[in-house]
Amino acid sequence: MSKNPEFVKFDKVDKSYDGKVLVVKDLQLDIAEGEFITMLGPSGSGKTTCLMMLAGFETPTHGEILLDGNIISNIPPHKRGIGMVFQNYALFPHMTVYENLAFPLRVRKVEKDEIDKKVDKALSMVSLSGFETRMPAQLSGGQQQRVAVARALVFDPAVVLMDEPLGALDKNLRESMQYEIKHIHESIGVTVVYVTHDQSEALTMSNRIAVFNDGKVQQLSNPAELYEKPVNSFVAEFIGENNTFHGEVVDIDKDKCKVKLANSEILANPISVKSKGEKTTVSLRPERALINPTDKMDNMFTGKIEEVIYHGDHTRVRLNLLGSSEFILKVPNSTSNLELKVSQDINIGWNSVDARALDPK
Amino acid sequence: MSSETKQILTTDGIPLEVSLKKAEKKNKIKAFLLVAPLLLFLVITYIFPIGDMFMRSVDDRMVTNMLPKTFKAMEKWENLEELPPEEVYRGFYEDYKVLVENQEHGKLGQRLNKEKNGFNTITKRLFRQIKRNKIDESISIKEQINKIHKRWRNVEFWLAIKRTAPPYTMAKYLKGMDMYVASDGSIAQVDEDRRIHRILWLRTLEIAFFVTLFSFFMGYPIAHLLATLPMKYSNLLMICVLLPFWTSLLVRTASWMILLQQQGVVNDFFVMIGLVGDDNRPEMMYNKVGTYVAMTQILLPFMVLPLYSVMKTISPSLMRAGKSLGGTPFVAFWKVYFPLTIPGIGAGCLLVFILAIGYYITPALVGGASGTLISNQIAFHMKTTLDWSFASAMGLMLLTGVLVIYWIYNKLVGVDNIKLG
Repeated sequence: MSKNPEFVKFDKVDKSYDGKVLVVKDLQLDIAEGEFITMLGPSGSGKTTCLMMLAGFETPTHGEILLDGNIISNIPPHKRGIGMVFQNYALFPHMTVYENLAFPLRVRKVEKDEIDKKVDKALSMVSLSGFETRMPAQLSGGQQQRVAVARALVFDPAVVLMDEPLGALDKNLRESMQYEIKHIHESIGVTVVYVTHDQSEALTMSNRIAVFNDGKVQQLSNPAELYEKPVNSFVAEFIGENNTFHGEVVDIDKDKCKVKLANSEILANPISVKSKGEKTTVSLRPERALINPTDKMDNMFTGKIEEVIYHGDHTRVRLNLLGSSEFILKVPNSTSNLELKVSQDINIGWNSVDARALDPK
Repeated sequence: MSSETKQILTTDGIPLEVSLKKAEKKNKIKAFLLVAPLLLFLVITYIFPIGDMFMRSVDDRMVTNMLPKTFKAMEKWENLEELPPEEVYRGFYEDYKVLVENQEHGKLGQRLNKEKNGFNTITKRLFRQIKRNKIDESISIKEQINKIHKRWRNVEFWLAIKRTAPPYTMAKYLKGMDMYVASDGSIAQVDEDRRIHRILWLRTLEIAFFVTLFSFFMGYPIAHLLATLPMKYSNLLMICVLLPFWTSLLVRTASWMILLQQQGVVNDFFVMIGLVGDDNRPEMMYNKVGTYVAMTQILLPFMVLPLYSVMKTISPSLMRAGKSLGGTPFVAFWKVYFPLTIPGIGAGCLLVFILAIGYYITPALVGGASGTLISNQIAFHMKTTLDWSFASAMGLMLLTGVLVIYWIYNKLVGVDNIKLG
């Protein structure tokens, strides 16, 4: 069985609630069968609206949504066969765990034996066997979340939507649930559309991530590429930490450009700049800049340490470099015992490949 | 040893429990003082009057106090088929003499006459004999009284006196259910054409039931709309729902009279749009229709508010979950939304039903002949016949009825599930 690369398709979808502001603008997005795709973005970026349109609770103002080649815009939610996990779990408080899981099967008129079997299987999948007779209020937040996941999967939907499902959990539980959901996805191969504003969650779980801002997909790529190669300054800022320099391109060739800052010049990798004289924002990941580099690097500067913050596995160092006192370095604690002290001068170097000259912000 | 180690001590060596009680005592006293005024208010305005009502409704001490010696002697009267022994006659004679001196003998005659017809005559005869000092206390009183009138020789009359002996009576309650104690002591029903109270009880229940039903069917969608509309619309709607609250009951009822009467606004409208002929205007007032319409409108807020407060807490994502899991909108509503509103339904129905059971101004004004409910009857006896003990008895029966409904409701739904807001 070959996987359909356009299993879910948003085709030029617009959405407006009030006729004045477009919440989603000309959305073009293909989701492959069996894929785990995450919609990531700040609140108000339109990601939840996209999910609601896919689930059928909102109708697109313009454009079509296709599921397995069929236009679904006119199909009511209960006929779409899409499982959904809600932000606040939305477990039915007056039903036991068993009844919650049996609900989607009962409305589909599945036989009693079959229901028992499927509920059993779904509960063991989220390691909650034996909790059938509990009421949702008797479960912890993590358990409720797992019941919600099991309920969205128990009727074998083609697509499962998850709307910030881990938002209400504490940090440790959230991390373990991330792996659990990821493993469930890998073992049953269902298509998952996941919405979150938490970038680490998105990076951990997804096959591909669609970064939303201002109603548009800014970048759609796998986690590594998204982090390493952001295509614009919004993505670079939103995903991970980021050092930025604002300047003007003074020289450009195929894979290098010279950017003039306030009182110095740096070499960068031209991503979205084309010609001399353009304004640009240069983005550099903190871990790509090294202290006292041994290799020959094409950007070498001296900075003054403003602040040293111990973080356990690494130390964050804030430098005054090239006229900005917001330059951040991440120094792993295991490798060396560098004696970093405030107001000490250190040499910093990075390769121009890692300094991405993006659109000005 | 083991029990000593189980007791936890504070650092001062005082047992923890003692220390805790001491620490909480002050808070408990404070809390009690806070509720004390309310408690006092409730006792004075609620518990005490209800107790007083109960006492009035069963009080029958008049005869008991008038004939102490008679009833004392009657304890020895064993064979109830025969006339009582000499001691009873003597006791009755002595009691009656005291009453004559205090000029209270007339009251006794009237009271006993209610118990058995014909008493008035024979007590008056006895009174005359005593006044003329015709009774010789040195010989048998029994023979002398028996000679006064043949009814004194009838054991039925003596049994009637004996029946009035207990200081308390259930007669008023029986009357409220159209029953009475027959002369042989058994409980009998009044004649069919005089059974007025039972009709009133049933009518009261019927009207309360239907008003509750109508309020529910009208209030549920309103409450749902209130809970789901955006704030600016829901506030406006809320004001519309609460408007009846801010209008006087009489004004509201009078407005319904203007609207519903045969030459009223509604009828005029029906005629105008040609729904009914001008000479064929339907009667919508002075019958049950009027009562239902007016009472439903007046009691609707009591249904809407508890429902609204419950619906407000139901997350809209539950309905969405129901739909996304494959339930049609109806299934999602019926299996998910509706069960979650049951606490509000319970509270609203209980509230409306209990209020409706005690209503009387509105049905009396717009209900016409069918508008007399049990509370009208209570008011009638309080104000017109001044039979307060009967009014109290019916009031207590109404209260008991409400408590029974509450108890049944508790069995069915559970009072913990009620949510008033």
